[in-house]
This record gives sequence, structure tokens and C-alpha cells, in this order.
Amino acid sequence: MIPLSSADVDTAPEETAEVDEARQGLIELFTEELGDAVVGTHVRPGDDLWIRVTREAWRSAGFVLRDKAGHRSFEFLSAIDWLPSPFGLGKDSPTDEPKEPDTEIVTGYAGGDTRFQVFARAQSYTTKMGLTLKVDLPDDDLSIETWLPVFAGVNWHERELHEMFGIDVIGHGHLAPLYLPGAFEGHPLRKDFPLLARHVKPWPGIVDIEPMPEVPEAPAADGTDAEAAG
Amino acid sequence: MTAISDRQKVAYANAQAADGRVNLEFETQEGMTLNMGPQHPATHGTLRIVVKLDGEQVLAAEPVMGYMHRGYEKLAEVRDYPQVTTLVNRIDWLGSFANEVPFILAAEKLMEVEAPPRAQWIRTILFELSRIANISLFAGDMALHLGALTAAFYAFRDREFVLNQIESVTGGRFHPYFDRIGGLKDDLPKGWIADTKAAMVKLRDFCDEMDDLVTGNEIFEARTRGIGVIPAEVALQYGLSGANLRASGVDWDLRRDHPVGLAWDQVDWKVWTHPDGDSFARFWVRIQEIREATKIVDQLCDGLPSGPIMAKVPRIIKVPAGEAYVATENPLGEMGYYLVSKGGLGPFRLKIKTPSFNNVAVVPWVCRGVLVPDVITILASLYFILGDIDR
Repeated sequence: MIPLSSADVDTAPEETAEVDEARQGLIELFTEELGDAVVGTHVRPGDDLWIRVTREAWRSAGFVLRDKAGHRSFEFLSAIDWLPSPFGLGKDSPTDEPKEPDTEIVTGYAGGDTRFQVFARAQSYTTKMGLTLKVDLPDDDLSIETWLPVFAGVNWHERELHEMFGIDVIGHGHLAPLYLPGAFEGHPLRKDFPLLARHVKPWPGIVDIEPMPEVPEAPAADGTDAEAAG
Repeated sequence: MTAISDRQKVAYANAQAADGRVNLEFETQEGMTLNMGPQHPATHGTLRIVVKLDGEQVLAAEPVMGYMHRGYEKLAEVRDYPQVTTLVNRIDWLGSFANEVPFILAAEKLMEVEAPPRAQWIRTILFELSRIANISLFAGDMALHLGALTAAFYAFRDREFVLNQIESVTGGRFHPYFDRIGGLKDDLPKGWIADTKAAMVKLRDFCDEMDDLVTGNEIFEARTRGIGVIPAEVALQYGLSGANLRASGVDWDLRRDHPVGLAWDQVDWKVWTHPDGDSFARFWVRIQEIREATKIVDQLCDGLPSGPIMAKVPRIIKVPAGEAYVATENPLGEMGYYLVSKGGLGPFRLKIKTPSFNNVAVVPWVCRGVLVPDVITILASLYFILGDIDR
């Protein structure tokens, strides 16, 4: 149970190798419980752990995380769109030639095969470790089972997920918009959703590096010298 | 640059115009629907609570937010790392410096840079000063919501001492923008340590004053004891953090239990919990937190190491590809940044885990069955900042 006593708990930093073993143990626990559903893992020794599971096993992975691994404190749930943004940093001058957008999808820790990846995190108060669970969503079926039976607090996170990424949460039942007006079109945190403020009004930093109008004219008046110098 | 269709532009304009959506439909089968907010003194900003009433009793309460949504997660994707720091400053505007730290730490973790000890200690001092500035206002504010005006004046008066100290280091009272990847912008000014310790004495007096004025007050106790009880299991389910969690009896503080390189493990202090889980417990735990924070600041000022305040970092900051989640115990609770980098000038994706978002999610659960005035007590005691919910 939760320790009710307060304060003077000894907090000597744990040995790195020991913590690493604990994280390997967590991976073993997940493989034992879920079998082939664990498709990728990544450990940063002494620090953090990522486990990727299949979409079918998403909810059972949640129960393993909460009950078997003891990560009872829910932190967050969200998604990553791994498509490189076709708009870049939005700092290009509007007069420049548009760059060819990069469309190669490179995913992060614990791998990934698809553009959209949902990830959630919970921590344990007994082992003092956190764990990030990831799951891939196929492009033609952006849906995932709800985690409401696992953590009640996931409610708003899943509403945000639906609103910002357009990912359907099966079994949630109340996916009303959380932030945006009801008539809003599109899913703002997708990479192919343009940040319209940047397109309506260009980034003010661009103005600083534009050449002054007089600059190109000055060498033209004295063309031969400029050529000789160059 | 991909072309933007006119349709998308019109949708954007429409969305902006519809920002003041006040007529959200709330289905009513029975009872009366009452709107609290968007502008209501108990909501610390523009949060709207739609409550369905049967007489004086609340049948259901549903928070409606989004009035403060600024889209920081999207904006962070088009900014470079130093620029993101100015954005995240504005998430919890009462404890701004504390917002910068976990983000900088996440970037430092991926860059494998570590700030020198002096920088870490000054970071911790400023972090705790932000906590005091934030929570001292809460103490006055909570009393104000329950009808005691005087405490709020005391809170505003004494918070100034802390804000002055923050201002004299960073130049900003509210938005310091002082933390840098690899260290800090500047060292402490001359004479600052003595002034800070004097201010800490005043803040301890403020806590005593609050105990005299508020904590022991009969009316205050009558209105907070047993109101809005959140059991520990529910708190964990909803992912509550910070003082709200500790007031439910869970002994957990990231400063002690998950050290991130800052100087909290170098000093002697205590994590307070309260077994009751009601509004009074949440108030009481926060008052103790101010006291502990002043103790931490005092000890850190005494033992401040000398040395540089900036590690060697390149002029143009590029963070190597990778993912990192760093969370710290902010004034409102656990604040974390999940940073995904692809090696560029700015974050590829930045998931901001804010404490208030999880803390307010428990409102529908805890408000069921209470009386209308208790809704005010519960909202005030949960203590959220709207910028921290909506981001």
C-alpha cells in the first residue's frame, strides 16, 4: 500500500547497474505477460524505459503496467506524428523557392512502423521508475481502445488525442472537443496541419535579413570596380 | 511551402471568431443547470464549470476549458530551443522560473550537457522562490474565496518580497527567462543572498500569520474540513500530483524521490503529507510547503558553491536525436516535458505534461453530491492556473 508516513526516508542514489536490472526485469515481465505483443523496447540505463506493444494488446498492456508492474500513478497520454513537417520551421521567406518537403518517416526509441504513434506514461511510487508505452496505429485505421478502465484520469487526455490528432478512441463515449470550438476543421497537432498564423503573417525575423533596396544598386553604378574586386 | 487552401483560411477565421462560444448546450433531464464562469472569481482565469443542480445539491459538474488555449505544443515545433523557453515561461505564470527548468533539463539530457554546480544551486534557489511566490498567493486566495478578504492583502504584500528577489537577479518579476541550456544567463548580484535570507524570515512570519488568521479559524475549518475528500486511490487514478496528492496521504515528492541533478538532495528538508484528503488538508500541506521552501533557500544560500555558471555549449544549439522525459515538482505539482528531437534546431514534438490538467480532471468526480458553496471551496483548494490547464 501507499506509505502514509512522511519525510525522513533515506534517499541514497541507487546504483546504476541495479536500476538497469530492474528495467530489464520490467521488460521481462511485459514479455511474459503479453508474449509476442511486445514488439520493441529501449532502455536508457539508470534512467528510463520505453516499450512498444501491438495495437491489439494496448489495453492489456495498460493493465499489466498498472497491476503487475505497479505503475499506478498515471502521468499522460498523447501521440506523435512522425511525418516530417512539410512547412519546416516556418521561417522561410515567402519569396524563396519552396523546398521539397522531406517525407521519410524516422521513428524514435523502441522503433515504429507507422506515421502515428500513441504513447502513454505512468510511474511507480515504490520502485521510483517511469515507463513509456508506445503503440503504432495504421494510417487507414486511426483508432485505439480506450484506457478508461485502466486509469480514470485518461479521460481528458483521450479527448485531447481525438481533437488534436483525429485518432478515434473506441469505447470512450464522450469525445467532445476540449480546447477548440465545435466548428473547427482539422487536427492541429498533425504535422500536415499548417500553423496558419505563420502563413497569414510571416515570421518577423525574416525582415532583418532582407537586403536593403539600395544595396544592389550601389555596385551597379560602379560595375567595373565591383568586377575587378570580385 | 505547401499551398494553403482558401477553405482552410476561412476555417481558421471562423474558429477565431467562434472563440467566445458561450452557448454550449448542456443536456438537462432534470434539475437546473448553472453556469459558473467563464468569468468567475473562483476559477483563476477563464474556466467554466457547468453544474447541474437539484436544489442546492450538485448532481454533476463538468469543467469546460479551452478559453486560454494557446497551442504551445504546436508553436514549440516551429521555434528553436531558446525561443521555446520564453513560451513555456507562460504556462504557469505564477511560478514561471519553475516552468523553464524541466524543459532545459530535458534538452540537457539529450545533449549530455550538465550545468556546473553553482548554476544548479542557483536554479534550485530560484525554483524554490517561484514556489513561494506561487503558493503564498494561493494561501491568500483560498481564504478570499471563503470570504476572508484580509488574508489576500497579506499574501499580495508578502509575495512582493519574493518577486523583488527574483526581479533583482533576472530582471523579470513574472517571466524571468533566465535558465539556459548549460547553465544560467547571469550570476547573482552583490548583496542578494543577505536580502534573500531577510525575505525568507518575512515569509516564515507570513506562514505564522496565515496560521493565526486562517488555519485555526472556526469558519474556515467549518467550510473546509471534510469538504471535497479525495481518497488516495482516486488521486492516483486521476494522476493528481503535488500538494493535492500529498494531502491525500501519498508520500511522494519528485524533489526527493526523483533527483534530476538539482540541489535538493544537498539540504535538509521534509515532505509533509496529510491523511485527510479534504480541502483543509490541501491548504495545510501547502502552508507547510512554503515553510520548507524557505528552509531550502536558506540552506542553499549558506552553502552556495563558487565556480562558473555556464557549461561549454555551442553558440547554435542543436539537440541530438532522441527522446527524453524530465519532470520536476513544480508549485502546482508534477510538470514534465516529453521532448522528441530529430537533431534539428527546434523540438520535433514537445508533449507538455502540466499538473493542473490532471488535477482539474478530478473535479467531476469530487463535486458530485456537494453543495454549491462547496464547489468554490473545492476549486480553490485544488488550486490550478488556467494557463497550466490549457497550455
